[in-house]
Amino acid sequence: MAAVTMRLPAARAPLDSSTPRGGEKHLVAPGDTITTDTGYMRGHGTYVEDDKLIASVAGVVERVNKLVCVRALKGRYNGEIGDIVVGRITEVQQKRWKVETNSRLDSVLLLSSINLPGGELRRKSAEDELAMRDYLQEGDLISWHRQAEVQSIFSDGAVSLHTRSLKYGKLAQGVLVQVSPSLVKRQKTHFHDLPCGASVILGNNGFIWIYPTPEQKDDEAGGYTANLEPVPLSDREVISRLRNCIMALVTHKIMLFDTSILYCYEASLPHQIKDILKPEVTEEIVLEAQQRLLDSEG
Amino acid sequence: MAAVVLSEAEKLYIVHGVQEDLRVDGRGCEDYRCAEVETDVVSNTSGSARVKLGETDILVGIKAEMGTPKLEKPDEGYLEFFVDCSSNSPELEGRGGEELGTDIANTLYRVFSCENSVDLKSLCINPKEHCWVLYVDVLLLECGGNIFDAISIAVKAALFNTRIPKVRVLEDEEGTKEIELSDDPYDCIRLNIDEVPCVVTLSKIGYRHVVDATLQEEACSLASLLISVTSKGAITSMKKVGKGSLDPESIFEMMETGQRVGKSLHIALQKILDEEENLGTSRPKVGFLG
Repeated sequence: MAAVTMRLPAARAPLDSSTPRGGEKHLVAPGDTITTDTGYMRGHGTYVEDDKLIASVAGVVERVNKLVCVRALKGRYNGEIGDIVVGRITEVQQKRWKVETNSRLDSVLLLSSINLPGGELRRKSAEDELAMRDYLQEGDLISWHRQAEVQSIFSDGAVSLHTRSLKYGKLAQGVLVQVSPSLVKRQKTHFHDLPCGASVILGNNGFIWIYPTPEQKDDEAGGYTANLEPVPLSDREVISRLRNCIMALVTHKIMLFDTSILYCYEASLPHQIKDILKPEVTEEIVLEAQQRLLDSEG
Repeated sequence: MAAVVLSEAEKLYIVHGVQEDLRVDGRGCEDYRCAEVETDVVSNTSGSARVKLGETDILVGIKAEMGTPKLEKPDEGYLEFFVDCSSNSPELEGRGGEELGTDIANTLYRVFSCENSVDLKSLCINPKEHCWVLYVDVLLLECGGNIFDAISIAVKAALFNTRIPKVRVLEDEEGTKEIELSDDPYDCIRLNIDEVPCVVTLSKIGYRHVVDATLQEEACSLASLLISVTSKGAITSMKKVGKGSLDPESIFEMMETGQRVGKSLHIALQKILDEEENLGTSRPKVGFLG
């Protein structure tokens, strides 16, 4: 039976968070004066005009001793070394791949930085160069972490990537969700096996990969042979529900980390999966998840 | 169309999901995403509507102007469609979006080519001399998959919202005709939209077909069928798009699904338009700042 729902638009009211967490945040818009005190050093997102420190981006003011900077709420991914990112191959070039990671420039993955299938570690020969498309093609998704930049080649600021460990590599069946990088919380680990039955990779660049938890930790696979068997229906339901919960959290600008996603998932269980994206249901489950997070913080 | 690139494994996941009637966002094969409809958003038009279907955002404005009737239909007015997709992505700026725009405009002409869809005789002022021409401008603000359906819903809502001023034709002694516009701004004629069709796009993915495909699902589908259905379930036009082929059996199935889904679409749209109408001036206008 077809289900078609239409509604009139309603101006979205901000969620009422009655308890300010960690004190009031100093929010600024471009052009707002942050301070007229000349003793501060200006950091990212600020500029000086007429002895006043003015914000150039919309965001939160952060102060570390004498350094004042504005962290933008929405922007491209500015990576740190050691971040975990999920990206999509856009081009296959000579001895390297160009990867899209939601940053200002495409990232670069060198042929010498990857593991060959089967876990071999050897110098890449000319045949490997010609067979690059057999490993990673345009459109493939990979997860890896950022390495220090090689100064001479990447002086334009492009990011160099590195997939030495077998834990990283080509991603198989699953769902990709693209969110703003500022919503992904920095944690010790970004690979989570959630108790509800699916696994999640929270890329620091805002690309979130949801996939069915593999049964055995297969170390010999090397990560290039994708498992092409159909995913069972129960796993699909979990994955779809998680995807909708993440979209709900993003709509209300809640930080994404394993606990917030899990609480939102549990709050959504009474509803049908496709109803989660209805505005009133979204608000209800996000409020419940937010309440649980506040209670658990203390 | 601005398409996304997907890996083979992602496409396989989507195809298997559709076979089991559970799409990536939890919908069934015949479910639409939640749509938001608002009319009267642009002030200097005769009628306008904005439709948000998931990520897809469409704005339609209709201006009624006086013109001369076409030679072959001297006692009828007519509709002119123009589609602009330049605000969508950098590759569609300037000439790039023209191809997509003309493609959509031609489809709209075909959908409205059926005689009964809009009562064109009511748009006539003086046979052979004056008639109302409705210029329908469609703006594609954001493409999130399934733009044809969203555009047809927006056009129907905008036609419902259109108010054409009443005119009187005065003839003086020499026989020259003068057209007099009514002084009261609220004295206008409304169009009857009962027979206006809506487009339902059915995309073939694997062995089944889905309604209201997202960009990712469109990337997995090789062939689609665009069917325009009226509120009573009559099909007014049909078009096949895509490089893949369709089996005649599956075309019949898709047509049946299209009719069923089309009827539900019309009922939902009429309900929301009536609801908006009943709220009258007390309706909180959201527009583009909500």
